Amino acid sequence: MTHSASLKQQGDGTVDTRATRYPGIAALLVLVLLASMGLSLSLGSFPTPFGRVLDALVEPRASDIAFIIWELRLPRILLAVLVGAALAVAGAILQGIVRNPLASPDVIGITSGAALAAVAFMASFGAGLSLHWLPASALLGALLSALLVFLLAWQRGIAPSRMVLVGIGLSAAMGAVTTLLIVVSDDAAAMTAYVWLTGSLYAAQWQDVLGMLPWLLVALPLCLTRARHMDAMALGDHVALGLGVNILRSRLLLMACSVALAGAAVAFAGGLSFVGLIAPHIAARLVGRGFARLVPAAALVGALIVLYADLLGRVAFLPEDLPAGIFVSGVGAPFFVYLLYRSRDVARG
Amino acid sequence: MPSIPAKPPRLTGEALCAGYDSRRVLDGVDLTVAEGKLTILLGPNGSGKSTLLKTLARTLTPSAGRVYLDGQDIHRRNTREVAQRLGILPQGPTAPEGLTVRQLVGMGRFPHQRLWQQDAERDARAIREAMAHADVTEFAERSVDALSGGQRQRCWIAMVLAQETDLILLDEPTTFLDLKVQVDLLELLSRLAHEHGRTLLVVLHDLNLAAAYADTLVMMRDGAILRQGAPRDVFTAANLKAVFDLDANVIRDPHSRRLVCVPTPGVHAAATSSPAIKGVAP
Repeated sequence: MTHSASLKQQGDGTVDTRATRYPGIAALLVLVLLASMGLSLSLGSFPTPFGRVLDALVEPRASDIAFIIWELRLPRILLAVLVGAALAVAGAILQGIVRNPLASPDVIGITSGAALAAVAFMASFGAGLSLHWLPASALLGALLSALLVFLLAWQRGIAPSRMVLVGIGLSAAMGAVTTLLIVVSDDAAAMTAYVWLTGSLYAAQWQDVLGMLPWLLVALPLCLTRARHMDAMALGDHVALGLGVNILRSRLLLMACSVALAGAAVAFAGGLSFVGLIAPHIAARLVGRGFARLVPAAALVGALIVLYADLLGRVAFLPEDLPAGIFVSGVGAPFFVYLLYRSRDVARG
Repeated sequence: MPSIPAKPPRLTGEALCAGYDSRRVLDGVDLTVAEGKLTILLGPNGSGKSTLLKTLARTLTPSAGRVYLDGQDIHRRNTREVAQRLGILPQGPTAPEGLTVRQLVGMGRFPHQRLWQQDAERDARAIREAMAHADVTEFAERSVDALSGGQRQRCWIAMVLAQETDLILLDEPTTFLDLKVQVDLLELLSRLAHEHGRTLLVVLHDLNLAAAYADTLVMMRDGAILRQGAPRDVFTAANLKAVFDLDANVIRDPHSRRLVCVPTPGVHAAATSSPAIKGVAP
């Protein structure tokens, strides 16, 4: 993670201002997110002016668009926000533990485990049958694959770099099985599976929002209790040990948070996990060092990314409703490359 | 005669064996670190001096033997409580990009902070004092990776100082630094021991600097301590030969009265051996 502009300034002896402007940036992100949610709420295939959206929110019974706002758009928007935040924080945790900016929930096999379980579920029960249980099976797949990566990478403690390697290998293997399942299943199931793999918030319901929310409510505060530990571990294991950090316990707890967040997000929204890679980077550029500041900022940035990706998918190609995953990757990937390109000179200097 | 109640030494290693995987590096080492003194560990590469330091700092678990901190087995104690009494700076630490000096030094407060209780005033004072001691106050808001090697090393030492421990263990803190910067660092360490009563154990590579600043020299070879004592007693040509397999002449600088070794490979021992120490008039 590099911070091109500020690093250049610091080279000249100027003060790093990100620490002092953090509250302002956090407040701004919250405002932007709320405004974006309002925007997203009033845009869609059925035209709804913002005034009438407000009426529908305040007094649903008197509004003729209450169903559109309350049952179609609001749960979808809320799920986008929750899923984006969860993936971003899961990525921030992993990047911190592995001390590698390229770590993300896909890299250590969480996403592919969820995908395999979900596709296996769809292939065995068909496209139409009780998709109600799909999130549960995907979550189970995520947890199992994370556990497997963990066990295989165990080497008298958690070896983060080993975990990445094992994760990549396991992801590739599970990806192959997933593809095989799609190829051999019938067309309808294959189509559903494919959209799911891309990541979509289509037809999100309140029960999805309520299923997603507890994971964030538990994991987010829990990982923040270890923020100082994470900052100490960023100095290297030996320094952290010397400072009195219980490295194994901290890593286990943080990993559990990351797996729960990413697993739940993938379970409810499919393979959107690219957010987990880029959101922490963007957040770090905005607020600088310190895990306690990074986590809220990353959550807000991740929420914004998924919210806008889903909004684009909903309204940009009407009457088609395209999966948000296309835009997360389609817009996110070039932006990410641009960030890396911009930080190139600093990394060399 | 009234007996003085026996106070256990602060840090002691007993019959320590340690290593990496199957390779045994330490072979039954005993060491008691002298309180309020600057002790320097010397030895050729692979002699086990860093391993001994890590084992004493509990960042490496010995395969046999025990380390006692204030009379208690260090590996059975809460690691955070140990960190309130003993600070260690490992070899060649690297700071993450963009971390400011003040943030780095602030990490030294970790063992004293709890989620629900933090003494912000005490933390701020400790950080301020540590930065003043290590002379890094002027860079406080700069990022660590933008500083020179010597400045960076002083920042890390400031972090350990902010930990406010009586015991400070440093693993090769002067490697890759200019001679002047090395001297400044050793002046700082020596002040910490003699003026502030801290107990320091430092692994060093440079023989002459070690002889000039150490209160006690501990010389290691092949995982064992061969010689131990004040520089005037153990910093001799014979010991350098025995420990380092180094042909050198040890002389006393007439001005500073410090001992200096001059490597003499190929020079005939007979011509240089005896006048080594007594050759210089006070």
